[in-house]
Amino acid sequence: MRHILSLLLENEAGALSRVSGLFSARGYNIESLTVAPTEDPTLSRMTIVTRGSDEIIEQITKQLNKLVDVVKVFDLNEGKHIERELMLVKVRAEGKDREEIKRTADIFRGRIVDVTERTYIIELTGPRDKLDAFLEAIDSTHILETVRTGASGIGRGEWILRV
Amino acid sequence: MRLSGAEITIQCLQEEGVEYVFGYPGGAVLYIYDALFNQDKVKHILVRHEQAAVHAADGYARANGRPGVALVTSGPGVTNAVTGIATAYMDSIPLVIISGQVPVPAIGLDAFQEVDTVGITRPCVKHNFLVKNVADLASTIKKAFYLAASGRPGPVLVDIPKDVSQQIAEFEYPKTLSLRSYNPVTKGHSGQIRKAVQMLMEARRPMIYVGGGAVLGEASDALTHMVRQLGYPCTNTLMGLGAYPGTDPQFLGMLGMHGTYEANLAMQHSDVLLAVGARFDDRVIGNPQHFFTEERRIIHIDIDPSSISKRVRVDVPIVGNISDVLEEMQKLIDASTVQADPVALKAWWTQIGEWRARDCLRYDRANQTVIKPQSVVEKLYEVTRGEAIVTSDVGQHQMWAAQYYKFDKPRRWINSGGLGTMGFGLPAAMGAQLAYPEATVACVTGEASIQMCIQELSTCKQYHLPVKIINLNNRYLGMVRQWQQILHGNRYSESYMDALPDFVKLAESYGHVGMRIDRPADVEPALREAFALKDRVVFMDFQTDQTENVFPMVKAGQGLTEMLLGAEDL
Ligand SMILES: Cc1ncc(C[n+]2csc(CCOP(=O)(O)OP(=O)(O)O)c2C)c(N)n1
Repeated sequence: MRHILSLLLENEAGALSRVSGLFSARGYNIESLTVAPTEDPTLSRMTIVTRGSDEIIEQITKQLNKLVDVVKVFDLNEGKHIERELMLVKVRAEGKDREEIKRTADIFRGRIVDVTERTYIIELTGPRDKLDAFLEAIDSTHILETVRTGASGIGRGEWILRV
Repeated sequence: MRLSGAEITIQCLQEEGVEYVFGYPGGAVLYIYDALFNQDKVKHILVRHEQAAVHAADGYARANGRPGVALVTSGPGVTNAVTGIATAYMDSIPLVIISGQVPVPAIGLDAFQEVDTVGITRPCVKHNFLVKNVADLASTIKKAFYLAASGRPGPVLVDIPKDVSQQIAEFEYPKTLSLRSYNPVTKGHSGQIRKAVQMLMEARRPMIYVGGGAVLGEASDALTHMVRQLGYPCTNTLMGLGAYPGTDPQFLGMLGMHGTYEANLAMQHSDVLLAVGARFDDRVIGNPQHFFTEERRIIHIDIDPSSISKRVRVDVPIVGNISDVLEEMQKLIDASTVQADPVALKAWWTQIGEWRARDCLRYDRANQTVIKPQSVVEKLYEVTRGEAIVTSDVGQHQMWAAQYYKFDKPRRWINSGGLGTMGFGLPAAMGAQLAYPEATVACVTGEASIQMCIQELSTCKQYHLPVKIINLNNRYLGMVRQWQQILHGNRYSESYMDALPDFVKLAESYGHVGMRIDRPADVEPALREAFALKDRVVFMDFQTDQTENVFPMVKAGQGLTEMLLGAEDL
C-alpha cells in the first residue's frame, strides 16, 4: 500500500543522504521525497511517499527512527491528513489550442504563469491524482515538460508533528 | 584552556578514560600523533594494518564492555578500516573511530589521500560526524562515545580534517550533552512484561533463546537466575555463547545452522519461545516460512525496536534494556501464584532427553592416526579449564570452537558472527589481551584465516601480548570445501590452500615460539607446554583431518529441523 511518511530531522549536512541511503540499502521503495527547512532553522521537514506491506512500512518507520538525525516520524496514513504536490507543465499552445488549454487549466484551478507566442507554463497544485488527471485531460502531444515536486503532507487539525 | 584540535582530541580520550588507542599514523593525523606523543595517559598500540586496528579495538570492547578506540589516517587508512568497522557494526560493538581527513578547503577537490569517509562508512556505522569547526570537536567526541555505548551499541566515526586538528580553540569537556533525536528506551512496557510472564507460566513446551544482546546488555546473571528458577531449556546463539552457562544441564547447546539437534528441535517444537537479545537471523532459524507455526507464541525482548518482527512476527514485543526487563520479569515470577504445569514440563524434558540422546556432537574420538579438529578444541577446553578468552576467525574452526568449548561466562567468546570476517581472530585476541593482561587468550583459527591478518604477530611481539594461536590446519578453506562437497557435487573450486608457509618458522621469525603437531597423542602435551609459556606467543600448527565436516548442518534456506547429522546423511 502507498504510505506518506512525514519526518522531522536535524537540518544538518548528510541527514538527507542517511535517509535516502537507508532506503536504497534496505531495498525500500521511494515514490517521492521532499525536504526543506522549517520555521525552526535547525529542523527540516521531509515527506516520503513509499509503498510496501504493513510489515515493510513498520520496518521503515523503525529504521527511520533509529537514525540519529531523525527526530520524529509520522505515518500520515494513520490519520486524516492533507497531501499536496506542485506541478509546472510547459505546453505547446498555438492557435485554437491556446483557448482550449486555458479552459482546461481553469477547470483544474491551474494558473498560467508564463506565456510566450508558442507556449504556456501552467502551475497546478493538488493531490497526486488531480495532477495526473490534468495531464490526462490535455492532449499529450502538447506537453513539452513537466516538473513535479513530489508530495508534501501534513496532519489535519490537532494532529501536530513538532518537537 | 586553549588547545589545538589535536590536543583536544587526546584530552577528550583522556576524559573518557580511554586506556588504549589502536592506530596507524599518516599525513592527515600527524598533529593528533604529535599530541599523543606529549602525554602518557592514553597508550597507543601501533598495529601493522588498519583493519587490525579496528578489530583489536573491537576485541578490547567485546572483552570488557567499554568502547574500543581506533585512530586512522585519511584515504587508505579509512578504507582499510572499513572491514573492521562493518564487522563491529554487524555485531553491535561499541567503538569510536577517529579518522584524519584532508584540510577543509581541500575537501571535494580529489586531494591526495582524500576519500568521502562519511559517505563510505555511513552504511556501517551507528552514526558518523565530519567536524568542520574546531569549536565543535569536543562536544562531537563526547557524543560519539555516548552514541557508541548507549542503546543498541555500535561503531561511531569522527572524521577530523587536518586543519581542524591544527586550529586552536578554548577547550572544556562538556559535562552533559543533549541529543533531542536520540533517546534510547531503557524500561520495558510493564503491561507487556506482565503478559510475557503469564505466557511463560502457561507454557507447556517452553524454550529460551538467547543472543548477543544479552552479552552486550550485561544480562547474563539475571538471565541465568531466571532460567534456573523456571527450569526451562535454554539455547545460546553463536553471539550469545556464555550468556547462559555452557555447562549447565538446562543448556541445550548452540542453535542454528551448526547448532545441536536438541536445540534446533526444541526451538521448532516449543509452544512459547522467549527470545532475549537475539534477532532471528537467517543462520539461526533457517527459512522463516519453515520456522513459522501457528502453535508457537513468541516473546521478544530487545533494545532495538527494529529487531523485533523483522524476520519473524512476534506476539509479545518488549523493547527495553534486557537486564532491566529481566529484573521486572523476575519480580513477577517470584510473586506469581501460577506455575508451569509440572507434568507438561516433565514430558517436554523427556522429549528433549530423547533428542539429546542422539549425541549429535559425537565424532571419531578414538582415532589415533589423524588429529580430529574437534579434539583439539576439547583438549583446549580441558587445558585452559574453560577459563580462557577464546577468539576465532571464520570457518569450520570457528564452529568447532563454538560447539566444543563450553563457555560459562559472557565475554569469553569473541568472534565475528554477523559479518563473518576472516582475519578477525588474531587482532581481536590482542585487544582482549590488553583488556585483561592476566587472562589466558587463545585464538582458534585456520590456515587461511590467520593469513589475512598474520602481520599482527609483529604487534604481539612489540607489546608483549602472549596470545596462543591454535591453528587448525586442514590445508583447505575448510568451510568452503564443506559447502562444495555437500552442495556443489564435490567440485572443490579454488578451496585448497597450496604453498602454505612453514608456520613454525614464520612464528620464529617474528620472535615467537612455533610448534607443529601432527599426531593425536601429541595434542594435549603440546597444549600444556604452550600454555605453560605464559609470557610468550605460541603458534600451534595442528595438522588436522582434511576431510572433516561440521555437523549438524542445516543447509542455507532450509528449515531448522532439516539437519544433516553426519557423513551418513550426505
Ligand atoms: C574476508 C573473508 N573472505 C572470504 C570469506 C568466505 N569464507 C568463509 S569460511 C572460509 C574458509 C576459511 O578457511 P580457514 O580459515 O582455513 O578455516 P577452516 O574453514 O578450514 O576451518 C572462507 C573463504 C570470509 N568469511 N571472509
